Amino acid sequence: MSVVAAGTPAPDFTLRREDGSKFTKADIAGQTAVLVFYPFAFSPVCTDQLNLYEEVLEQFTAQGATLYGVSCDAIWSQKAFKEKLGVSIEQLSDFEPKGATCRAFGVYFEKGGMPTRALVMVGPGGVVEWSWEGEHPGVLPGANLIFDALAARE
Amino acid sequence: MSGSLGSAPVPPLEPGDHVRGADDGAPRIVYADYECPYCAVLCVRLAAGGERWVFRHFPVRSKHPRAWAAACAAEAAGLQGRFWEMHDALFADQGRLEDPHLWARARALGLDVVRFDADRRSDGVIARVRRDFESGVRAGVVTTPTAFAPDGATTAGPEAAG
Repeated sequence: MSVVAAGTPAPDFTLRREDGSKFTKADIAGQTAVLVFYPFAFSPVCTDQLNLYEEVLEQFTAQGATLYGVSCDAIWSQKAFKEKLGVSIEQLSDFEPKGATCRAFGVYFEKGGMPTRALVMVGPGGVVEWSWEGEHPGVLPGANLIFDALAARE
Repeated sequence: MSGSLGSAPVPPLEPGDHVRGADDGAPRIVYADYECPYCAVLCVRLAAGGERWVFRHFPVRSKHPRAWAAACAAEAAGLQGRFWEMHDALFADQGRLEDPHLWARARALGLDVVRFDADRRSDGVIARVRRDFESGVRAGVVTTPTAFAPDGATTAGPEAAG
């Protein structure tokens, strides 16, 4: 299984927001959404990754991109994680049925019961414009890669 | 603040860079932050080793809440010719990075503290720190410390601290 490729329509999905409400493909319609799939809340690399993106969030917004963190952690864990980091990037939970959205995007790592580290940029029309997957979860994608993808849009 | 933060190579030694060590050849370029323990280990080791290296700021606020204030303090001390002295003083005691601790360091270094305090909050100093941070982002820096050796090898995090 590998991450959904550019040019394919984003799959339908259902995630949970911090307040427990549903977050679906309809919620990113009209946006350039960057889904940041990460293995686990509180694991060291994820922490660095979201901290770094938070530091350049203003520039992401200026380029018209909205970032969302996605993991299989429960909403309460994600909420605690977000508060501990002091980041404002919205976290979305793929807890139950576990990994269903991650599987739909081709980023679920069955053996580990977690998403691989991956990025998926979905354009306003619901089509995947760019995606990235690390060789292993320890490889952390720099913010520059997302800016490159945003600059490459027509 | 620049527009795009797309990929770009690490800038080689540029005007305004903070360089330390023997004046021979291309320096090692280090992106680091004053609240990061591994950065302290690396920078102390480099300073003791005598090789030529450049310090660039890579403060990440949400991870290290005082990193930005500390970076700006070092730059403000630099405007009075004491960058490296403040740099060493910050790494020497990472548990004390609140404003009164910064003022105490400025006093101990004999700086004009009123000027120091105005400078560290100035647009020029903030832009100087941001310049380093953004060149790091564009070069793909994702954690601290990240060191770019003259031969092109890159090391990051605890591994870079050695």
